[in-house]
Amino acid sequence: MGQLMKNPSESSAVIARLAALLPAGRLLVEPVQLAAYESDGLTAFHARPLAVAVPETGEEVIALVRFCHAEKLPFVARGSGTSLSGGSLPIKEGIVITLNRLNRILRLDPVQRFAVVEPGVINALVSVAAAPHGLHYAPDPSSQSICTIGGNVAFNSGGAHCLKHGMTSNHVLGIKAVLATGEVVEWGGASREQVGPDWCGLFVGNEGLFGIAIEVTLQLLPKSECFHTVLAGYRTLEQAGDAVSAIVASGLLPGAIEIMDALALEAAVAAVHAEYPPGCEAVLIVELEGPRETVAIERVRLDEIIAASRPVEARPARDAAERMAIWKGRKSAFSAVGRLSPDFIVQDGVVPRRRLGEALRRIDEWSREAGLRCANVFHAGDGNLHPLILYDGRAPDGLARAEALAGRILKMCVEMGGSITGEHGVGVEKRDYLPDMFSADEIDCMKRLAAAFDPAGIANPGKMFPVAGAPALVQHGLHPLEKAGVISRE
Amino acid sequence: MAELVDAVRSTPRLIAVGAGTKPRLSAVPGVMRLSTAGLRGIIEYEPDEFTFTALAGTPVRDIAAALAAQGQYLPFDPVLAGAGATLGGTVAAGLNGPGRFRFGGLRDFILGVRFVDGTGRLLRMGGKVVKNAAGFDLPKFFVGSLGRFGVMAEVTFKVFPRRAAALTLRLPAGDAAGLATILTGAAGTRWELDALDASLDEGAVFARLAGPAPAIETLAGEILARWPGEKLSAAAAEKWWTDATEFGWAHPDGALVKVVLTPARVPDLAALVRPLPGARVWIGNGGNVAYVSLASAAEVPGLGEHVRQAGLAALTLRGVAAPLWPAGRARPAIAPAVKAALDPQNRFPSLDES
Repeated sequence: MGQLMKNPSESSAVIARLAALLPAGRLLVEPVQLAAYESDGLTAFHARPLAVAVPETGEEVIALVRFCHAEKLPFVARGSGTSLSGGSLPIKEGIVITLNRLNRILRLDPVQRFAVVEPGVINALVSVAAAPHGLHYAPDPSSQSICTIGGNVAFNSGGAHCLKHGMTSNHVLGIKAVLATGEVVEWGGASREQVGPDWCGLFVGNEGLFGIAIEVTLQLLPKSECFHTVLAGYRTLEQAGDAVSAIVASGLLPGAIEIMDALALEAAVAAVHAEYPPGCEAVLIVELEGPRETVAIERVRLDEIIAASRPVEARPARDAAERMAIWKGRKSAFSAVGRLSPDFIVQDGVVPRRRLGEALRRIDEWSREAGLRCANVFHAGDGNLHPLILYDGRAPDGLARAEALAGRILKMCVEMGGSITGEHGVGVEKRDYLPDMFSADEIDCMKRLAAAFDPAGIANPGKMFPVAGAPALVQHGLHPLEKAGVISRE
Repeated sequence: MAELVDAVRSTPRLIAVGAGTKPRLSAVPGVMRLSTAGLRGIIEYEPDEFTFTALAGTPVRDIAAALAAQGQYLPFDPVLAGAGATLGGTVAAGLNGPGRFRFGGLRDFILGVRFVDGTGRLLRMGGKVVKNAAGFDLPKFFVGSLGRFGVMAEVTFKVFPRRAAALTLRLPAGDAAGLATILTGAAGTRWELDALDASLDEGAVFARLAGPAPAIETLAGEILARWPGEKLSAAAAEKWWTDATEFGWAHPDGALVKVVLTPARVPDLAALVRPLPGARVWIGNGGNVAYVSLASAAEVPGLGEHVRQAGLAALTLRGVAAPLWPAGRARPAIAPAVKAALDPQNRFPSLDES
């Protein structure tokens, strides 16, 4: 970090100058106003920023960032604050720039199949706007009813359909951004092709360390005409895992392959009255998509493979309502599990798919050793685990044991050749584990890149890279929006 | 690998070169050309994981053969594989073949890269699994980077299972406006086409379906009911798509220029090549790109000027006497700082050195 604010009086002078940039009422400074911005989806961490700026236009965002650059004032951009890695956790020496009011879909071209949107547009609303044209925006993080495109871009968000459709980055065609230097850049555009280095690709997933996207061009895809969704229950997790291997080896390319374990099933039953085959330790959900003629043929093949995998019971969705019910149980599972315990930690490490069974066995073993319960709901198609470790923060060593288990799981993911994060990003939560995945030289290279975009160290400092002497940070409890049933985790 | 690191460290100015199938991209005077031909071989291939890692100098056709043996493929249909293009050269050039239309381009399938930076350090960025959000996405930045930011040693890709069958339709469209109408009309449909290209010279769109044979037969019937045309024989289809990925339709010794488009601008492109006698044009990726072949490199600046006036971007792939960026290029102020972060001693040429 550069020369940041030194004392409170200096800070208040800067904030007074900052207020002049915005119309009255759009710089929040009162403690009661700031309270709502102290935390994000990683609810254990709080930091009260000096102020929250509420711009309504890209021009205002540019002016704010240029001001921060000139004053060496740190800033954290924020959408709806659903980051599960603490990506939009404020810093107390800086300001939050909240982008929710930049919520316009600036252009939607159904013929050339793209949309230009502001960063505060909610993910699901892009598909809503595209739906009348038979199109949709593919990335579907489970917080999609509330999370914003700007946050998705900053953290390269995933979802349940990544094996086939990729992550956010694979759907961003162009970005107009104000960099931490104050420079405004426009990279990519409406075309699905480009020449020269892929600046857009580099910007997506920068975790707010490069600057703020103020306009994003998204590719839209035709909505699949037909789906075939099957729910199959198995006696053991291993059998469910074997079924996944058989599906993958068959040459089919399902849109989604998900697994829920017994604890997750129990929670989903309690929470949304989901019904699963009795006596199952694991449930597999597989979904095919495509033109009806293709699905009609491929579903026969899928049904054969599933029958051969000896499930307790397999239930294909007979209509759209049954499909929605299957997905409702799946998407509610995480917050449902969260209700079983006062506190929990959720992570999103990735292992090679063939090692899923081994990874789950070790997680189970280590949870027993630690005397903790751990639920698993995960994207089996792409090896993206989501162990949810339940603990009681009031117990003297509850948090420490849960933390130790979580750390063990992340290190296992790296040892198996996977990743510490599949879709939530590093943020604050996993920054201490970055050195497990990357060498000192590699982290140095990434720091040099960050410094190139942000020589003053003002853009979302404290995220992604380990901070010397920082306490380990752990998440507990349900996000308030999860409690309200608005969002859920994957 | 150690030899590669030594070569980079001991050479003050260099650019990595693969098989030289896009010779204009690496034609930089005054720098040493470092061949990656010795860096050859597949390091890991796990068909069940849908991933492979190979050394950068591995010919793409070797990889395609290994994947085909397991019923898999690189869905963006890498170009010039038949001509010997290497994996690293394909990444650095950032080119996609017809398959880009359905599942995405090279940028969407690259997962990780191991490279030597300008300080001579061997670094790995990205990951080896199909899903990863840790660290900056430098592998994507290397796509289209023309070897100006580092020397790739090893690359990891995601792959997909190949569909059971494929079928190609030729849909005559008349002029460029007719082509654009079919390209945009077919793209947003339920058919989920596997590829959608066009030949301006033939005045026809080529649509490829892939999937179970009976299903694509039915879909083909529906498409032909909307636009008259014909089903190509397997041999004719094979020839068309090979011609497309190998630029077999282009002037053999002429210049080749990539022009970035959107489908609605296909008629504009047709208008701007009209004054150039002998220009041949292949339109790819549903009208998002055009490849223009000219008999001589001397014609490229004229084409570039028209492209620039139309507000489009272009890159010369072949024709060493032609400018690399015939329509100019944007130079964001941040770019030199990013270049310096990866290559502080300016060991690799800049994008302007050509």
